[in-house]
Amino acid sequence: MKPFAYVRAGSLQEAADAFTARPGARYLAGGTNLMDLMKLGVEQPEALIDVSRLPLDTVEELPDGSLRVGATVRNSDLAAHPVVRDRYPALSRALLAGASGQLRNVATTGGNLLQRTRCPYFQDVTKPCNKRSPGSGCGALEGVHRDHAVLGHSEHCVATHPSDMAVALAALDARVELYGPGGARTVPAARFHRLPGDHPERDTEILPGELVTGVVLPALTAGLPSAYRKARDRASYAFALASTAAVLEVTDGAVSHAGIAFGGVAHRPWRARRAEEALLGATPTRAAFEEAVDLELSAARPLRDNAYKVDLVRNVAVDVLAGLASRTPDRV
Amino acid sequence: MDGPHHSTATRDDVRHGRAAARPAADGAGGAPGDGHSSTTTIEVNGVPHTLAVDNRRVLLDLLREDLGLTGAKKGCDQGQCGACTVLVDGRRVNSCLLPAVALDGSAVTTVEGLADGDEGTDGDGLHPLQRAFLDRDAFQCGYCTPGQICSALGAIGEAAAGHPSHVTDPGAPPGRPVPLTRDEIRERLSGNLCRCGAYPHIVEAVEDVLP
Repeated sequence: MKPFAYVRAGSLQEAADAFTARPGARYLAGGTNLMDLMKLGVEQPEALIDVSRLPLDTVEELPDGSLRVGATVRNSDLAAHPVVRDRYPALSRALLAGASGQLRNVATTGGNLLQRTRCPYFQDVTKPCNKRSPGSGCGALEGVHRDHAVLGHSEHCVATHPSDMAVALAALDARVELYGPGGARTVPAARFHRLPGDHPERDTEILPGELVTGVVLPALTAGLPSAYRKARDRASYAFALASTAAVLEVTDGAVSHAGIAFGGVAHRPWRARRAEEALLGATPTRAAFEEAVDLELSAARPLRDNAYKVDLVRNVAVDVLAGLASRTPDRV
Repeated sequence: MDGPHHSTATRDDVRHGRAAARPAADGAGGAPGDGHSSTTTIEVNGVPHTLAVDNRRVLLDLLREDLGLTGAKKGCDQGQCGACTVLVDGRRVNSCLLPAVALDGSAVTTVEGLADGDEGTDGDGLHPLQRAFLDRDAFQCGYCTPGQICSALGAIGEAAAGHPSHVTDPGAPPGRPVPLTRDEIRERLSGNLCRCGAYPHIVEAVEDVLP
């Protein structure tokens, strides 16, 4: 690992200023992914700007009923938070489906959003990878890609985003709060991560020097159920092959709101807008869910060795939606 | 915390707004003024240590190489195997992924800090979980054992504090202690691999020390 400077930021402004002074720096929060990538040589920062002690470690209920989660709230604490467990079970379940107890104790909300793909070509500096080294090619396109994307990929990158948490945030219409040299702004969680297109080196909409300061979950109708389900190669401590987060509202016997996002199948959490639109006004039956999810997945373009993911995410999604429908109170 | 203090802010200082951003680097120990090392104070098993730490040093290497505490093991060195698990401020973590400079002011407990040496009540001075691992034959080669034990202690504390796991009933009331069934223990210890396959006995050893 190359030597680097270490700077502990005392405020957001100091963090941004430190970045301006050292544009080759990286922000450090929990560091569970960053340190790994530094050991692999994928990341070679000139400095680490430690933001882990900034006062961003609280979960607050806002007057309008929304919930603001600070960027340095640990994944384990967020999953256990009583309000999250009660009102946003999809988020708690998604967090608990990710990583291990040790990692969740260290990994932060902001860091979870900014973690990099676990594509083996990205993590191996001896292999071509357009995300790590633009223009070098994509080793996975014709290589080992069983775990890779079936939706929204490009000829330049077929990686998936590894986060479970981000899938729940996308389905729940959360917003991501950012702060940087240009000031503060917010971005919808469902649009925070990008599709690879011609620039797979850009995972998210974040600008150089910006950092995630928090996530805001909108007020949800009390009792509205949400769920997260993940299919993986073993029962614990494995990344998603396919997952679904969903929230469903039924009024007068018809779907009045559906938020659906797929994980493990694209470069970002895949918000299933076409399926959601198809479900609006429909009777919440398994047949309706199958039809809507199939419509969404008509856009799937599986690679040589991962066509199984299309069926897998379909079945996971339909099961999640049918399970929610059986628990959703009909708001007559 | 008693013991040597340096100019570097402690965690409490920061929480109370007394910290200022500063390069923590002071060059001590490394090439003077190279900006690549930092004076860091970490309490390990109750003893404060102040060291000039290369910024690249992770906690695991500080424990093993600088302090001679070789209980925490280097398995994968990338957060996948759990052999390096220790407790930082009471929480279990993968010490191979934590930059030591970022832990300034923290208190670390390693497997060496568990036994109290008191041979009075149960005779051997071991921590009850260490005793249970012996009684249940919960290891073969023993390489993963320090990490398993520290991880189990962390997991028991988390369950007592009401932290759910992936196998906890989502309808269970928040804030109440979670009973550690075998399924719960297995899920909560999934971040600790055992190549010898001692898992069934590890689960039994953990069950033995549950309140």
